[in-house]
Amino acid sequence: MKGININKEILDHYLVPKHIILNEKEKNELLQKLNISEQQLPKISINDPIVKLIGAKEGDVIKIIRKSHTAGESIYYRLVVKI
Amino acid sequence: MVSIIKKIEFKLISPQEAKKLAVMEVTKSDLYDNDGFPVEGGPMDPRLGVIDPGLKCRTCGLTMEGCLGHFGYIELVKPVIHVLYANYIYKLLKITCRKCSRIMTKKVTQPKKCPYCGEEQIPIKFEKPYTFIEGENILNPLQIRERFEKIPDEDLKDLKFLGGRPEWLILTLFLVPPVLVRPSITLETGERSEDDLTHKIVDILRINQRLKESIEIGAPDFIISDLWELLQYHVATFFDNSLVGIPTSRHRSGRPLKTLADRLRTKEGRFRHNLAGKRVNFAARTVISPDPFISIDEVGVPLVVAKDLTIPVYVTKNNIEFIKTLILNPSWPSANYIIRPDGRKKKITDENREEIAKEIAPGYIVHRHLQNGDIVLFNRQPSLHRVSMMAHRVRVTPWRTFTLNICTCPPYNADFDGDEMNLHVLQNEEARAEAALLMAVPKHIRSPRYGGPLIGAEHDHVSGLYSLTKDGTEVSRETALQLLFEIGVEVELPNKNKFTGKEIFSYLLPKDLNIEFKSKSGVKTVIKNGKLIEGVIDANAIGREKGKIIDILEKEYGTEEVHKFIDRVSKLGIKWLEKLGFTIGLDDFEIVSKENEEKINSIIENGKKEVEKLIEIYKKGELECLPGRTAKETVEVRIMQIVSGIINSVRKVIEDSGVFEKENCAIMIAKSGARGSLLHLIQIAGAVGQEQSLGERIHRGYTGRTLSHFKENDLSLDAHGFVGSSFKTGLKPYEFFFDAVSGRGSLMDKSLRTRHSGYLERRLMNALQDLKVEYDGTIRDNRKIIVQFNFGEDGIDPSKSNWGTIDIKSIVQKFVK
Repeated sequence: MKGININKEILDHYLVPKHIILNEKEKNELLQKLNISEQQLPKISINDPIVKLIGAKEGDVIKIIRKSHTAGESIYYRLVVKI
Repeated sequence: MVSIIKKIEFKLISPQEAKKLAVMEVTKSDLYDNDGFPVEGGPMDPRLGVIDPGLKCRTCGLTMEGCLGHFGYIELVKPVIHVLYANYIYKLLKITCRKCSRIMTKKVTQPKKCPYCGEEQIPIKFEKPYTFIEGENILNPLQIRERFEKIPDEDLKDLKFLGGRPEWLILTLFLVPPVLVRPSITLETGERSEDDLTHKIVDILRINQRLKESIEIGAPDFIISDLWELLQYHVATFFDNSLVGIPTSRHRSGRPLKTLADRLRTKEGRFRHNLAGKRVNFAARTVISPDPFISIDEVGVPLVVAKDLTIPVYVTKNNIEFIKTLILNPSWPSANYIIRPDGRKKKITDENREEIAKEIAPGYIVHRHLQNGDIVLFNRQPSLHRVSMMAHRVRVTPWRTFTLNICTCPPYNADFDGDEMNLHVLQNEEARAEAALLMAVPKHIRSPRYGGPLIGAEHDHVSGLYSLTKDGTEVSRETALQLLFEIGVEVELPNKNKFTGKEIFSYLLPKDLNIEFKSKSGVKTVIKNGKLIEGVIDANAIGREKGKIIDILEKEYGTEEVHKFIDRVSKLGIKWLEKLGFTIGLDDFEIVSKENEEKINSIIENGKKEVEKLIEIYKKGELECLPGRTAKETVEVRIMQIVSGIINSVRKVIEDSGVFEKENCAIMIAKSGARGSLLHLIQIAGAVGQEQSLGERIHRGYTGRTLSHFKENDLSLDAHGFVGSSFKTGLKPYEFFFDAVSGRGSLMDKSLRTRHSGYLERRLMNALQDLKVEYDGTIRDNRKIIVQFNFGEDGIDPSKSNWGTIDIKSIVQKFVK
């Protein structure tokens, strides 16, 4: 991915949902609530453009707020992993 | 102790390892001596394992149950190629230097030279299944093996050749599988019949022996190479007897031998027969037939089937008398066999009935016949979704087919043109309880796919109810009583002599039901306090997928109530039609008067003229193109517009004539939504319209024309599939041909599409099969990794929803008034 500049405008695209990095406390609360280890969360690659743009690091959990046909709005969590 | 497998490694076996694995060398090709004992050192040597009950293994000392068998080995006089690795050998041979055996991966020069020693390489040809030719000369396995032996380990590492040395791909030692893998069968005559693999091993041993002797006496080269070739053939067919390019090895009778590969990959092989396909007991399969008078959750089971299928019952002091009467009963319902507390089985026969009845006591298990009301699973393949297998209650019938209520056909996708279905008898209380609570037909009235009723009234039920409940239907007191009795409604009728159909139907509804909706024909239907006040009952009220009444009953009154309603409403429809005499014939389509027929003809004529004018303009090249289209495309679009104008005017003529208010049987079927639509009536009585193929007018056929009836480049309506005749008057020959073209087209399209989408769905279901909703509401796979945090993002189970949503408004309205 060297030398490729990611366009910041993708954050404003209507198909790109909102991504928020959880802080350590929120992350632990989430894991506790679901009673899981972090490896049981869905994954996202550290090379994903959106991960690079919001500056998430390996091991971070990203909260994604998506538009949903069935529920209006749905919340999803993904763990940042290498490759 | 449960231990976890951490790693499985597949690799080549070296001759040294193989020798260590084996317990003996097999040298003799004879199986048994004159006294019938296995020959020491032969393929049936007792050291290779025991197959006779009671005997102990000579190697490990275990009996037949414990001993898994032991390998033997044959020292091959000359090495042979392992056919299943022939491709790898070829690939490796191509890149190995013929002189220094280095792997030549670096640069390619023409003619090819080894980059290490400079030796010129000769191209190698591979002739399936096991012949390698270098230039003109055949490379024998010995030469190949020599080359492979010299390949340095480092080169192999660079090549990522893992799991052994390449020379092990060429066999010098042949492993003889244990006798348990190839058991012999003793025939009734006392003769022994050996397994195909044993025959093959004997062949290998014989040729190996002859080859050995020939070499020892110094036989000429051609004899030795012939024998070597034969040894190669036998070893190859031992592994795979369906190789291309060599004759299949056959039994004396001419039957091809079933060797190792055939045991695994054929349809009868280990994978498809034993691992992917398992068989069960306590199941039955036969043809299905309809029976509208049994409940939707019942299944009619033939008596002969009910006498064969059994349910195990534990004898207790509470049921012992009941079980005794069963055992003493010489015909159905009786019992087939008992299981004593020590686990021994005893069959019940006419001779020992009384004896057994005396014997049984608490602790015995009695396998009794299937009886009315037993819970069974009923299934039709392909089992694509959960409603392909549902729980039914048994109803034993004297017929020879399974019968089911026609309302339950849609979930199974069943019809009665010869379909067969399977029935499974549940064998314990837990399974029966689970099936009755989760799999019963009434629990699946609402589809788990789209959240609407999946089971509802079908064709005759809908037209029957429509005819009964439409304005003006009146029946006598006797008829009313009889109808209600036949469908199982027992009420006291008010003291009057005439009853309307609406009144009769109202007896099926709960007393506090209030709904209003639009019926199929557009009239408002009103139900107040369980009474049908206004409008008719049709597909929009009781039909499958859109029946409002079924929907609301399921939602607000529960599965029991809809179950009862569907049973009764379908019976009422059929019983009423029986009374009425409901039939369609040609007369029903006499709905276009002479006058209107002329009108329709003139509409079609005018349309044709309009098209001709358009074509004239187009041929002169004066046609104005539509944006983004060529003149040719434009003229097609314009013609299609004219065609749809024609069809619309024809429909209008028929509708305006008021025939659809008259309501004969055919019209009633279409209007009630039971089957067909007004479009079909117009095709029968008015005009068929434009036939299509590939979404266009029909263009295919000869050059420039569809049929020899027309001139080349004729663009007129007639020449491209417009059918102005009706099905009733009959089609002209060329019109008939066009109808067949479009009919064949849609038939092919349908069958291709269902096959394609069926496979897509299968792949999707295989990918998602382990996902499950956990108790915390998350969706996880079998490793407990979360896939979705809330099912469907909204956490709604469609089969318990209102078309996939929750209708909060109506729930609130129910409580706040």
